Amino acid sequence: MSPIASARIGVITFPGTLDDRDAARAVRLAGAEAVSLWHADADLHGVDAVVLPGGFSYGDYLRAGAISRFAPVMEKVVDAAAGGMPVLGICNGFQVLTEAHLLPGSMIKNDHRSFICREQTLVVENTATAWTGDYTQGQEIIIPLKNQDGQYVADERTLDELEGEGRVAFRYQGWNPNGSRRNIAGITNERGNVVGLMPHPEHAVEAGFGVDNGTDLRGGIDGLGFFTSVLSSLVNA
Amino acid sequence: MGRVVVDVMPKPEILDPQGKAVAGALPRLGFNGFVSVRQGKRFELEVEGEVTPEVLENARKAAETVLSNPVIEDVVSVKDASGEVA
Repeated sequence: MSPIASARIGVITFPGTLDDRDAARAVRLAGAEAVSLWHADADLHGVDAVVLPGGFSYGDYLRAGAISRFAPVMEKVVDAAAGGMPVLGICNGFQVLTEAHLLPGSMIKNDHRSFICREQTLVVENTATAWTGDYTQGQEIIIPLKNQDGQYVADERTLDELEGEGRVAFRYQGWNPNGSRRNIAGITNERGNVVGLMPHPEHAVEAGFGVDNGTDLRGGIDGLGFFTSVLSSLVNA
Repeated sequence: MGRVVVDVMPKPEILDPQGKAVAGALPRLGFNGFVSVRQGKRFELEVEGEVTPEVLENARKAAETVLSNPVIEDVVSVKDASGEVA
């Protein structure tokens, strides 16, 4: 068995998580084993990387991600992230990562105040993270975006820092769908192992069920690169 | 029973989409003259017995760590509201 095939990637389910099955499917399509993790789990079951999927954990009560951040499994995620384990937060998972202080900034309601669901073009601006190595610098990718609280905000100093250190991993291209500061769609921590973004790579991983790529209405699988990238980074680690 | 009331508001420099939506609805319903609206959160924390300085301090800590997110919100007040009618 190759090292890639033996990689185990955890997908956390919080009460109210919606996209855990799609995330697990993306992990399997990339060639790894998907391991279901429950919010109340006291350990990470020996996984090599963790995905925090999208949804409305705890109904977004208090603030999006605010209550999930105190789930028992999150303590372990924070420790593992500090040790260099790859962690990916998608949408609500990104919100959980900011609430857990693994990533700076926060998300507030979209500036246009409506829920939005569309196929969104992003530019990959950092290919040195654990989750973006299979993309090329400046590559445009199209993946679905669907959120209510998707407006990324942080103070100017934090934004300048992120830009200066190349930690803006993804930027909205063409149109800013939620009013995010500086068109930021996703960011990484300094080490590059923790990545969070609002759009959903796990929904564009299999031809026939992907997004419109211009030639095929459901052929776009630009999201798969996240999940293959992390496998490469695990092999090279 | 003692009661502590915590008020949390979005930071002034952060756009408040909810407040903006309310501000837009007011004149449509004939409530004129309100030039802006900001919407925050009020938490009522009940305790057995009196609200002591320790209870207030504890509530203040909870307000800073859980009830608000300092990136986007300010805790504007933490006060003993035991005397107020619920």
